[in-house]
Amino acid sequence: MAYNNDIDWEKIDDIIDEYSSDKESLLMILQDINELYNFVPPETIPVLAQKLNVPKSLIYSVATFYKTISLEPRGKYIVNVCTGTACHVRGAEKIIDAVQDNLQIDTGQTTQDGLFTLETVRCLGCCAAGPVFTVNKNMHGGLDRSSALNIIDDYKKNAS
Amino acid sequence: MVKFENKEALESYIQELQAKAQSPDRGLISLCSGPGCIIHNSDKIRDTLTEEMEKHGIADKYEIRLTGCHGYCEQGPIMVIDPGGIFYPKVELENIPQIVENTLVNNEPAEKLLFKDPATKKRVVKEEDVPFYKLQTRSIFGKNRLIDPNSIDSYLAVGGYQSLTKALFEMKPKEIIAEIKSANLRGRGGGGFPAAIKWDSCSRHKGAKYVICNADEGDPGAYMDRGLLEGNPHLIIEGMLIGAFAMGSHEGYVYVRHEYPLAVANLAKAIDHAKQYGLLGEDILGSGFDFDLHISKGGGAFVCGESTALMASLEGKPGRPRAKYIHTSEKGFRDSPSNLNNVETWANVPLIIDKGAQWYASMGTDYSKGTKIFSLVGKVVNTGLVEVPMGTTLREIIFDIGGGIPKKKQFKAVQTGGPSGGCIPEQFLDTPVDFDELTKLGSIMGSGGMIVMDQDTCMVDVARYFIEFLIDESCGQCNPCREGLKQMMAVLTRICEGNGKQGDIELLEELGTMMQKFSLCGLGTSAPNPVLTTILYFRDEYEAHIYDKKCPAGVCKPLFHYEIDEEACTGCTLCAKKCPQEAISGEKKEPHEIDQEKCIKCGICYDICKFDAVAIR
Repeated sequence: MAYNNDIDWEKIDDIIDEYSSDKESLLMILQDINELYNFVPPETIPVLAQKLNVPKSLIYSVATFYKTISLEPRGKYIVNVCTGTACHVRGAEKIIDAVQDNLQIDTGQTTQDGLFTLETVRCLGCCAAGPVFTVNKNMHGGLDRSSALNIIDDYKKNAS
Repeated sequence: MVKFENKEALESYIQELQAKAQSPDRGLISLCSGPGCIIHNSDKIRDTLTEEMEKHGIADKYEIRLTGCHGYCEQGPIMVIDPGGIFYPKVELENIPQIVENTLVNNEPAEKLLFKDPATKKRVVKEEDVPFYKLQTRSIFGKNRLIDPNSIDSYLAVGGYQSLTKALFEMKPKEIIAEIKSANLRGRGGGGFPAAIKWDSCSRHKGAKYVICNADEGDPGAYMDRGLLEGNPHLIIEGMLIGAFAMGSHEGYVYVRHEYPLAVANLAKAIDHAKQYGLLGEDILGSGFDFDLHISKGGGAFVCGESTALMASLEGKPGRPRAKYIHTSEKGFRDSPSNLNNVETWANVPLIIDKGAQWYASMGTDYSKGTKIFSLVGKVVNTGLVEVPMGTTLREIIFDIGGGIPKKKQFKAVQTGGPSGGCIPEQFLDTPVDFDELTKLGSIMGSGGMIVMDQDTCMVDVARYFIEFLIDESCGQCNPCREGLKQMMAVLTRICEGNGKQGDIELLEELGTMMQKFSLCGLGTSAPNPVLTTILYFRDEYEAHIYDKKCPAGVCKPLFHYEIDEEACTGCTLCAKKCPQEAISGEKKEPHEIDQEKCIKCGICYDICKFDAVAIR
């Protein structure tokens, strides 16, 4: 879905309606669109500006200020490595290094096949299970280099 | 679901629920299903448990209740069986048949699955006797294990919403504020500002007013608010209702982190249920008081935990703080009088109304009353959420409750207060923890994050970690914070890479003082704390990096290498097998050697060696 630029405008309208076109709900509207496409397609921004009656600059400002919103297409699987303090002292950096080496991308990038995006998040609040990462909504804990890579491999196999 | 038109209708319903809950012929199996336990299959455990109970024909004898976090995350998933309060830690799917047969059918504990006290080596049957719980005072958090967060009835059955009825029908708004004042409830978000002063000020303003709950728990390593919102959402709703009634507000918002989807879901359901019961909405229980509550999801910005930034975010704007010469209680959200408190602060309110200020103020120190929930994480044996009276010492929390440092390593420091806090070394372990004592040490209590660090943690790297975090999170509108952090990062990076030079420590101190004095908001003024406290207490580590070009903890890669100690090495070959680079060689039962050219310093050999033969040089 990540590279599918055919936007389902009806769904976008539904999202806007759900928040009664309220401009105070801009961030949540962007989050819902982000969830739908794994990013906020820039084509939606002029439409949002018109429907919420706000300047486009405000939408870009909000979309770039908040980390949960991406204006770039992202992969089918978003690997989010927790870099909270507890995970950091338990070796989150080693997990990031391992995933980066394996996928041949840096943090924030997407693999060429559009399968994986690697991101970091500051604390998921499962500190007892650290180091932790999520792949989309699934959580994986107690990671070390090899278990992290096994999990990534499982997702690769699932996709092929 | 029925809407309760008045107090009496609700009370008689509660009596019914309580009678049912006390019925002797039905037991309760409470199973922790916070995210930490879900990782360990707690949802599958429920299914297997149901199947096993059906096999024995006892499915209707016990209620399985999926609850929020029980706090002892290290031992998750946790199961507690009533009557008896039998405590099973680290429950695995294959243990279920035994638990069902021994405990549910034959009414006796499954000995081998019970918790083993590491100090006495004896098995412990009851939850309350487990050392981790025994030393705590869980007046807020203890109810989590009795409550199904998706059932308002389970909250009502443990006395829920009775503080609300007391407040609405037996107290005047001014009396409520007076009660909060004599309890001396101070804000749990980190500031420690007396809640009653804000409430009082907000209550004096006219017109539309808002009450807001700050659930944007951004401190990395802190998750007590998540534990409360997920496990006991009605407690927060009740606290906000009481506060709103006291201040004359009719609309409230809970601003929750996007990273906590379960908290958002549980809270949304709780709000729905409260509306259906007539505990939210118009003319609540016939009192004439109206109150509506909404959820707003954050976008992963740490600065939005700052109250004015949070309100900007609620208004749909980027979360940039403003100067606070205009108080929020006068002009806050939508330029209207607003009152913002943190999740845990709101959670304290029903308790104070229920048991009274005197009871509440009997716990704690002179100026910090009640209990505090800490998120005890990092290099500590018992990771989890710990609730203790204010004034409990760091040593009691980390060593008596937390069980000390794993793998017999040395304690080095405890980081409190998240990125705005500091690192406290061993000589201050007997400090009682409250708002004022930790401030004296250059740290803060903050919202309750407590990250334990051992000998393998590099304090310069920790400082750099927090500064890197804060660079990402600074909103960028004021120079001292934006530029100060960047410069600090440049200095810390060169120190960690072995390029530190004389004067760097002093430069960091100068930058830090400037930021403390001139930044606009709390994020900026407290941002240098991690650097300044590590310099204050661990200056020798900075000096080792700069002058000796060594990282004593073995974290900063350019400043150390691993070597195998010939005398300690037994030639077990484990490290050679596990090395991803095939950099370790040697004959069996002979000392091994690391090829420094191939070594990537991943640390696997250091972590797995059972003979401490891999040394940091």
